[in-house]
Amino acid sequence: MKLYDFIWLVPLFPLLGAVFNGFVSNRRGLSKTTTQSVALLGAGLAWIYGWAAVIQWFFTEDHTRAYSVTAFTWITGGNLTIAGGSTAAVDIAASFQVDPLSAVMVGFVTFVGFLIHLYSVGYMHGEPDRDYARYFAYLNLFMFAMLTLITGSNLPVLFVGWEGVGLCSYLLIGFYFEKDWCAAAGKKAFIVNRIGDFGFLLAIFFAFYYFGTLEFQGLFDAMAGDHGGHYATAATIIGLLLFVGAIGKSAQIPLFVWLPDAMAGPTPVSALIHAATMVTAGVYMVARCNYFYQMSPTAMLTVAVIGGVTAVFAATIGLVQNDIKKVLAYSTVSQLGYMFLAAGVGAYVVAIFHVVTHAFFKACLFLGSGSVIHACGGEQDMRKMGGLKKYMPTTYWTFLVATIAIAGIFPFAGFFSKDEILAKVFAAGYGDLNHHGGVYYLLWSLAVIGAVLTAFYMFRLVFMTFHGEFRGGEEAEHHLHESPWTMTLPLQILGVLSIVGGFIGVPGFLWGHPEHNLIDRFLEPVVLHMDHGGHAGAHPGLGLELGLIALSLAAAGFGIWMAYRFYFVDREFVRAGKLAERFPFAYKLLLNKYWIDELYAATFVKGTVKLADLLWEIDARVIDGAVNGARHVTVGSSWLSGIFDLRVVDGLVNLVGRFYDVASLQFRRLQVGFAQGYAMVMVFGAALLLGIFFVVNL
Amino acid sequence: MIDATHYVVLSLILFCLGLIGVMVRRNFITVLMSLELMFNAVNLNLIAFSFRLSDLAGQVLAIFVITVAAAEAAIGLGLIIALVRLKDTVALDEADVMRG
Repeated sequence: MKLYDFIWLVPLFPLLGAVFNGFVSNRRGLSKTTTQSVALLGAGLAWIYGWAAVIQWFFTEDHTRAYSVTAFTWITGGNLTIAGGSTAAVDIAASFQVDPLSAVMVGFVTFVGFLIHLYSVGYMHGEPDRDYARYFAYLNLFMFAMLTLITGSNLPVLFVGWEGVGLCSYLLIGFYFEKDWCAAAGKKAFIVNRIGDFGFLLAIFFAFYYFGTLEFQGLFDAMAGDHGGHYATAATIIGLLLFVGAIGKSAQIPLFVWLPDAMAGPTPVSALIHAATMVTAGVYMVARCNYFYQMSPTAMLTVAVIGGVTAVFAATIGLVQNDIKKVLAYSTVSQLGYMFLAAGVGAYVVAIFHVVTHAFFKACLFLGSGSVIHACGGEQDMRKMGGLKKYMPTTYWTFLVATIAIAGIFPFAGFFSKDEILAKVFAAGYGDLNHHGGVYYLLWSLAVIGAVLTAFYMFRLVFMTFHGEFRGGEEAEHHLHESPWTMTLPLQILGVLSIVGGFIGVPGFLWGHPEHNLIDRFLEPVVLHMDHGGHAGAHPGLGLELGLIALSLAAAGFGIWMAYRFYFVDREFVRAGKLAERFPFAYKLLLNKYWIDELYAATFVKGTVKLADLLWEIDARVIDGAVNGARHVTVGSSWLSGIFDLRVVDGLVNLVGRFYDVASLQFRRLQVGFAQGYAMVMVFGAALLLGIFFVVNL
Repeated sequence: MIDATHYVVLSLILFCLGLIGVMVRRNFITVLMSLELMFNAVNLNLIAFSFRLSDLAGQVLAIFVITVAAAEAAIGLGLIIALVRLKDTVALDEADVMRG
C-alpha cells in the first residue's frame, strides 16, 4: 500500500482532534486526561503517519516531480478567458502533494508540533478544564491548517491553510481574551495579516489569469518551458504580490508589528506558531513559488532587500528589550529576514534549511523561556530574573545550546544554515547576480552586522536570565523550580536537534563533495534553474569561503564577548546603563521600537478611524438623509394618494349612491301602495296610447 | 236584426262596467268579480267576431281565456285569503305595505 496516496490523512488527524476537543470536550467540560489524550493522538498520528508516508515516498517515487493526490473536487467553474485570449477551465481540486519541499516541511512540522503539544500538557495544566480543551482544539486546528498549507498541491489549497493558520494564530494570541491587551494583540495580528493576504489573493488571481492553472507542478512546468522570457512581467507581478502575503505572514518590514504583540498568547503557542512553523509559511511559499522569483530579478531583489533590512532592523530592537519573549520575538523577525535574504539571492534551499534549523533552536528557546516564565510565576521581565541556572539546570543547558546555535557557533545547527546564507549572499554580490551585485554586497554587510547583534542580544538574554543573582525578590525565589518532564523532554530533544540539526546541510563543496550537503541535494529539484546574468555561478575561491566562515564566527564571537562584558562581568549592568545614558536618543529609539507602532497608530490606525468617522458622518447625513427623504416622499405621496382616494374615488362612488338616493325620492312617490291606483294608471295609460294612436292615424 | 255591432256595444258596456268596478270598489272580492266581468266582455267580443268572420280561432281563444280566467280566479282567491289572514279584512286599500 502506498501510504502517501493518503497524504491528506496527515492534516485530517489533527482536524479530528480539534473537532473532538472543540465540540465535545470543551462543551461538556471533559477531564484534562481525555482532552490531552485526544490532542496528542491527533498530533502524534499526524507525525507518525506523515513520517511513514514521506519515508515510503522517498524510497519509491521520482523526486523530481511532485506526487499529487486529489482528495475531492473542490471548485468547478466554467471556462474563463485568460491572458492571450485562450480559455481555461476553473477546476480546482482539494489535492495534496508529496515532493521534497513538502517532505521536509511535513517532517519537521509534525515532529516539532507534537513536541509542543507534549510541552503544552505540562505548561497549560493550571488552566480550567474547558479552557484546556479550547487550547488544545485550537492547537490541533493549527496543525491541520499548517499541514494543509505545506501539503496542498495548488495555490488555493495553500491559501486555505494560510488563512487557517492565521485564524488559529488569532485565536491563540487572544487565548486569554478576558484581558484587553491579549484580545487587542489577536486583532492586530489578524488585521495586519489580512493586508498581506490581500496581496496573496491577488497573486492567485493573476496566476490563473496568466497560466490558467493553479497547480504548483503546472506552474513550474509553464515557467520551465518558457525560454523566451514571455512570462517575465507575469512573474514580477505574481512574485511581488505573493511576497506581500509573505511579508504579512512572516512579519517582515513593514508588516512585522504584529509578531512582537503576538507574544500575548501562551508561550508554547509562541514557540509553535510564532517561531517554528506559521511564520515560516511565507518563506515556504516563496520557496515553493521560486519559479516566479527566478524569472524576475525585480522580485528577487525586493525579497532580498526587505529580508536583509528586516534582519538588522529587528535585531537592533532586540538589543534593548527587557521582556524575555519580546527579545525572542524580535529575534524571530530578524531570523525570518535572513531566510528571505537567502530566498532573495536564489538560495531557496538554504532558506528552507534555515527554516528547519531555526524551528529547532527557536522552538527550544521559546519553550525554554516558557519554562522560565512558568518557574517565575508568570514574570516575563528579565530584570526581575537572574541566577536561574542553579534552580533549573535542564532548562538552562538546553537554552544555552539553542542560544549558541542561533548565534551561529560551529558546529551547532545555526552555524551551518546562517553561514550558508551569508556565503550565498556574498556569492550573489561576487557573481553580480542580476547585475545587482553592489546591492547584494551591501545586504551581505548588513547580514554580518545582524550576526553580531544576534549573538549579542541572545547572550544578553542568557546572562540576564540565568546568571548572576536572582532579582525577583525572596518570595518569588522560593517558588523557583525545574519544570515537569513533559516540558523538559521536548526541551532536551530540541536541544539535541539544535546541536546536530545542522549536519543535514554541511558545506560539502569545501572538501570537494557538494553532494554531502544532503538537504541541498534533496531539495534541488524543487527549484527552477535559471541563468541570472552577470557572471553567475562564479564561486568565490576556497580561501575566500573559509575567510567568510572565519568572519561570521568572529562576528558571533564578538557579539558574545560584548554581551559577556556588559551583562556577565558587570553584574549590575552599570555599563549598559551608562551607554544608554550617553546615547539617550538611540536608546529610546530602540526601546520604543523606532516608534513604528506609534507611527502606524498615528497614520494608518488614526487614518482608518478618521475615515470611518467620515464615512459614518456620510452615512448619518447622506445615506440616512436619503433614506429618511425617501420615507418623507413616501409618506407625502401616500397622503396625497389618500386624499385622492378619499375625495375623488370615494366621491365618485358616493355620487352614484347620492344620485340614486335623490332620484329615488322622486320615484318612490309613484309607489302609492294602492292596487287600484295602479289599475287606474294602466287604464289612463292605455287610453292615452289609444288616443295617440288615433291622432297619429288621422 | 241583431248583428255584430250590437255584440260589440254590449261587450263594450260590460267591459266598462267591469273596469269601473275594478277601479272603484274597495272590496277585493267585488274587484275580482268585476275582473271576471271584463274577461267575459272580451270573450263575448271574440265570439261575436268569430261568428261574423266565420273563423273558429276566436272561439278557441275564448275557451283559452275562460281557462286562464279560472286560474286567475284561483290565484285571486288565494290572495284574498292571505290578505284576510294578514289584515283581517278584504278591503283593498288596507293592502298598502309597498307604499313608497
